[in-house]
Amino acid sequence: MDASSVVAPPPSGRNPGRSLHRFANPGRFLRLSGVVLPWLAATGAALTALGLIWGLFYAPADWQQGDAVRIMYVHVPAAWLASAGYLGLAICSVLSLVWRHPLADLAAVEIGPVGAAFTALCLLTGSIWGKPMWGAWWVWDARLTSVLVLFFLYLGHIALVRAFDNPERGYRSGAILALIGVVNLPIIKFSVDWWNTLHQPDTITLTGAPTMYVGMLWPLLFSALGYTLVFAAIVAARTRAAVMERRIRTLLMMRAEETAA
Amino acid sequence: MTAFLAVVTRELRLSLRHSADTLAAVLFFLVVAALFPLAIGPAPETLGRVAPGIVWVCALLSALLPLDRLFGADFEDGSLDQLLLCGLPAAAVALAKALAHWLVTGIPLLITAAPLAIMLRLPDPALPWLLAGLLPGTMLLSLLGTASAAVVVGARRGSVLLPLLVLPLVTPVLIFGVAAADAASAGLSPRPDLLLLTALVAAALPLCPMAAGAGLRAAGE
Repeated sequence: MDASSVVAPPPSGRNPGRSLHRFANPGRFLRLSGVVLPWLAATGAALTALGLIWGLFYAPADWQQGDAVRIMYVHVPAAWLASAGYLGLAICSVLSLVWRHPLADLAAVEIGPVGAAFTALCLLTGSIWGKPMWGAWWVWDARLTSVLVLFFLYLGHIALVRAFDNPERGYRSGAILALIGVVNLPIIKFSVDWWNTLHQPDTITLTGAPTMYVGMLWPLLFSALGYTLVFAAIVAARTRAAVMERRIRTLLMMRAEETAA
Repeated sequence: MTAFLAVVTRELRLSLRHSADTLAAVLFFLVVAALFPLAIGPAPETLGRVAPGIVWVCALLSALLPLDRLFGADFEDGSLDQLLLCGLPAAAVALAKALAHWLVTGIPLLITAAPLAIMLRLPDPALPWLLAGLLPGTMLLSLLGTASAAVVVGARRGSVLLPLLVLPLVTPVLIFGVAAADAASAGLSPRPDLLLLTALVAAALPLCPMAAGAGLRAAGE
């Protein structure tokens, strides 16, 4: 590959980067997301409502935990989204560092607060569940602690990307920090597991059969899918808003320059 | 190599000329740790039990203090651009800075930790293991701190931001470091924790300067 094709994507050809750069065009993103977003949001909201209503009113109560188990339908998907959101942040960071993908920059900035909100929801519901079950609002258990550290990582990223006068610098720095964080997360997870464990082990894993009653599993899966779509919809809507904000700022700058001249 | 050593020497010379700044971190370490007996009470059992944790947390906080100026001063007076143009890769500049930070802050903290731990009534068998944990631990603090400091160069309120970035990243260091000392005072082997800490140094040694180099290049753009 010659130097010019590295600097600028070729106008046509079978370059693997092309499919990626097709979505780098903010105008195309705005058109596409404008069509997809209402469907995404509506399906997400409907699935979340279905999963939550099923889980909160119709799913069986646990033989040991009673009705307190129902908070699981709010808590567990939030926990999944908290980690998946950080992974999404890291993927956007790779796209932004390696390909200078302008939409990935904006998406990374917008994933931060949404991911932090889901992490906060996870911590909050976990604490509400912990009070009747463990007898304490907060226990320094391995999983709680690693989610808390994840929350701090989100907050650090949010604060960092907004701390620069030049937004480009914020994107670069935020991307590097997110990658440091994603490398460090498994280490934090492992070290905290080693340190103390009280939280129950995973009930649903990718490799084994779930050790959970099917009547509880279905609502959980629905609400997890719904949460994921809602997460994606919020991030897409925020990214749209960020693109438009940028356009408005450019237009205002142009007008200001015209009046000055 | 010559350029690398030159950068390290420059850093050491600068910190020698500003010796008050250099000493401030160590003094902060001593003063903050001395507050704990006043807050917790002087009972030797309680103090001895929490001594490794106090020493480690205070070391973490003290190592943060000079990080703000690590690249900040060079960025403000333009010498950061010179450093990036001197022919060394940005990662090597970052490694030199991390080495200088360790020599200037890490080693003094390590030396001060010994009398401090004795004053905090740490059980005698745990003392060598606390220091043995602090040796790779301070290296990790320097490496992770350099990476974070490189990322905040040029940020508004960078000094306020740094603790928020560094402290979550160093939780594994704290856990393994304190676990080594605790294991030793309980009569168990501190070896696994120390091996894990050393493994973390081995992983951070190439990765952190790389990340810091990327941050410096972004700052130089």
